[in-house]
Amino acid sequence: MTTLPSSASSVRSGDGSSPILSVEDLFVEFRTRENLVNAVNGISYTVSAGETLAILGESGSGKSVSAQAIMGILDMPPARIPNGEIWFEGRNLLTLPAEEQRKIRGPGISMIFQDALSSLNPVYSVGYQIGEMFRAHGGLSKKDAKQRAVELMDRVRIPAAAQRVNDYPHQFSGGMRQRVMIAMAIALDPRILIADEPTTALDVTVQAQVMDLLKDLQRETGMGLVLITHDLGVVNEVADNVAVMYAGRIVERGTVDEVFTKPGHPYTEGLLNSVPQVEAKGGRLQPITGQPPNLSRIPSGCPFHPRCPRRRLGAEALPGRDCAGDRPPLRLVVPGREAACHYSEEVLGV
Amino acid sequence: MTDSQQQDLRSDEVRAGTTTGLGAPSVDVTDSRQNSLWSDAWVQLRRSAIFWIGAVLGVLFLAMALFPSIFARGADPRACDLSNSRATPSADHWLGFDQQGCDYLSNVVYGARNSLLIGVLGVLGVLLMGVVVGAIAGYYGRLTDSILARLTDIFYALPLILGALVLLRVGPSTGLPIISERGPGAVAIALAAFGWMTAMRLVRSQVIAVKSSDYVAAARAMGASDYRILVRHILPNAVAPVLVYATITIGVLIAAEATLTFLGVGLQAPSISWGLQIAQGQQLLRTAPHLVLFPSVILTLTVMAFIMMGDALRDALDPRQRS
Amino acid sequence: MRVSCVLTEEGSLGRYIARRLLLTVPVLLGASFLIFAMVYALPGDPIRALAGDRPLSAAVMAQLREDFNLDDPLWLQYVKYVGDLFQGDFGTDFRGRPVLDTILLRLPVTAKLAAVAIAFEILIGVIAGVLAGIRRNGFFDNVVLVSTTVIVSIPILVLAFISQYVFGLQLGLFPIAGTTEGLYSYLLPGLVLASGSLAYVARLTRTSIAENMRADYVRTARAKGLPNKTVIVRHTLRNSLIPVVTFIGADIGTLMGGAIVTETIFNLPGIGRSVFDSVRAQEGAVVVGIVTLMVLFFIFFNLVVDVLYAVLDPRIRYD
Repeated sequence: MTTLPSSASSVRSGDGSSPILSVEDLFVEFRTRENLVNAVNGISYTVSAGETLAILGESGSGKSVSAQAIMGILDMPPARIPNGEIWFEGRNLLTLPAEEQRKIRGPGISMIFQDALSSLNPVYSVGYQIGEMFRAHGGLSKKDAKQRAVELMDRVRIPAAAQRVNDYPHQFSGGMRQRVMIAMAIALDPRILIADEPTTALDVTVQAQVMDLLKDLQRETGMGLVLITHDLGVVNEVADNVAVMYAGRIVERGTVDEVFTKPGHPYTEGLLNSVPQVEAKGGRLQPITGQPPNLSRIPSGCPFHPRCPRRRLGAEALPGRDCAGDRPPLRLVVPGREAACHYSEEVLGV
Repeated sequence: MTDSQQQDLRSDEVRAGTTTGLGAPSVDVTDSRQNSLWSDAWVQLRRSAIFWIGAVLGVLFLAMALFPSIFARGADPRACDLSNSRATPSADHWLGFDQQGCDYLSNVVYGARNSLLIGVLGVLGVLLMGVVVGAIAGYYGRLTDSILARLTDIFYALPLILGALVLLRVGPSTGLPIISERGPGAVAIALAAFGWMTAMRLVRSQVIAVKSSDYVAAARAMGASDYRILVRHILPNAVAPVLVYATITIGVLIAAEATLTFLGVGLQAPSISWGLQIAQGQQLLRTAPHLVLFPSVILTLTVMAFIMMGDALRDALDPRQRS
Repeated sequence: MRVSCVLTEEGSLGRYIARRLLLTVPVLLGASFLIFAMVYALPGDPIRALAGDRPLSAAVMAQLREDFNLDDPLWLQYVKYVGDLFQGDFGTDFRGRPVLDTILLRLPVTAKLAAVAIAFEILIGVIAGVLAGIRRNGFFDNVVLVSTTVIVSIPILVLAFISQYVFGLQLGLFPIAGTTEGLYSYLLPGLVLASGSLAYVARLTRTSIAENMRADYVRTARAKGLPNKTVIVRHTLRNSLIPVVTFIGADIGTLMGGAIVTETIFNLPGIGRSVFDSVRAQEGAVVVGIVTLMVLFFIFFNLVVDVLYAVLDPRIRYD
């Protein structure tokens, strides 16, 4: 259960500015009648202005849940946050009154979701839904809000914005709908934008356009971008730093370049080996064996050990570093790199 | 009518409509999946209090319909003595006497037979029409489907009670067999004639969903005949929703029969029917409320038995409800 | 440019309404044919079908044969029958009075009764459903579930008598018959008439609310930092009530049928009571005429609902 306090976090954005968002030792659990699901188990990370942090993981690794915890939009109950702090501009969101939290959503932190069709309300025009941001947070009139909505739709490069502002979500293509979501999310110039699998539901060519748009907007506004994804290609292209999640924990963290060239955790290594890479054409793909863990029964020791090709158990293990018995803390393994593996140095080959 | 009955028809209509729209029902005809559906459902049903209450009541009323003399404590419903007119319940005559001085318990008990007979016959008629028309429409599609779907829309425009009311009103003068006889058969036919549409839509939507499945395509590629595909592969899938619907509909039709009889177009004296008993007791509501109360209670319990069984069955058979 | 948007918007709705109207025509013709066929085309004498056992003189019979065009071929009889309906002629009773007169005289009572019933459906049904749906599996939710199961199982016939006996005769809270106390006399019969629909409205609202609360767009609304009230009213209720509104609309037609029993038992002089009286009095023409009118109402309100649905949910009108 050890986690490093954020001050010890060695990963900072390139310019070394202080973080806008900092998550510290966050736990999220879901209580149902039958069992307790430990979705997030003590994660910490920071995001600075202009930084793009990718949170990489399979479905069920806790990446979306942690994002929803930051937004304060988890359904509680069944969700519960037994421990953790979420600092945004000097205030801990988890201890803030609900009304104060709400005021931060939109102008402070905003979020876009995977499936834009179901995430937009089918019975209101897109202009109305974008305009709502200004009406709720800026007190603008309906007419002014719609005008601003047109401007935003222009800004996210929706063609013929003025004509389409009264159209409904189902009248747009998938890519255009995601642009509507983005327009909504950036309406109030948030300091942090959380993008939860923003391109997963889209065609490959459209994916690239949407990611380009996000990057351009980030350059213009200097916002911090938290990119939640399971797509290594997307991470590689747009992110500065990456945090790899497994079973509700961060198992590795570092700059994208370094982590992707030299993984320090067997899980990251497995992920990289399981996708085709242009450079390594002809090499064999090696999928990670086994199933992601059941979050109501997370394995003891290192949660990845049942699937880990490098695991050391019993007599093979060094004292206090039995993969099945001792939980490896996330620790600094080489400068600029943290990993939660007893044998990280071995993985890195240092 | 618009009472509970119609609401339920309506709710099923809505549900059937939804199914048609989405075409979503799971498409799995393999025997093992069907078996597990039923065995899972049975496990679920056994734990359902609603089901047991419904089932116990249902069996009780069925026994009452089959062996009324036992429940009537040996009294003959037609052996009446005017000196007992409107007597209130006593130790010997639990439910008292009606205006003609007939033992009321035996009258109420003997009423179960006609009610259940009409409910069951009516539902059989509904199923016959619904399955045949729905299967043909869904399987052959295109023009056949369009015509049959329009036909169904037309029947839908006549609410159950209204359609049955007119048919039963004109029935006696038609000289047609059964329909002109004002008996349980006539009422059942009238109810089936205006109550089959939801069953048709249920079957049709299931058939359409299954028809487009790979499984059926494979069977067809292997040269199975239309009839064989329909009977062996498609209809078994429609059994679950239709069974749920049929169970609830027995209750709905029993209530509808009582309503029609009360209005004067259903069963006629000297038939024994809860609707008639309520109609006759109506004038005496101030002086002898038990004459309305007892048939009302037993009618309600009968309707409730079938609706509860249907509800429990639906919960048990709907895989979406299980997590 | 704005004008053009508005035009397409209304154009699509207009096209939708036109299409629905067109689809209603065969239903209208079909339903009227069904009623016509039951009375005139089934074997047996149509006059007997309408008159029942009532004795009729030869002269009256001859007059009726002519009135009903019974000497024409069947198809022409139907054409004339529909033509008459179209002109508001719902037939004539055996005293020579147009059924339409009876209808016009008695319709206001039925309309008031239906209005009271709808008000109950909205007031009690929707509110109970919303409260149950918001706190699903809570105490109130279970109360709603159990009570609706019971209410749905009680035939309106039974409910009418029980409420008449308990609230009218025993407790003396409500008048048990007639319309002498104005709107107050409509409350109890209105509630009885509404009961089944009310239970269904409550359940529909509950399910709809519970489903919508989990919808992705509600999560988005919260992520946008909208005030709680906006999230609930604009993004949860607005969407959840679409099926409820359409159900209540369609129910206006259905209530007409229930009015026969309710008006009979509570002795309200509406068209439902007329049906009952006419069955007793062997006035077949009145029964058929009023039932036809009720069916027309039913079809009309279904059409209204379809249009309403398209107005409320843009996805429908662009399909």
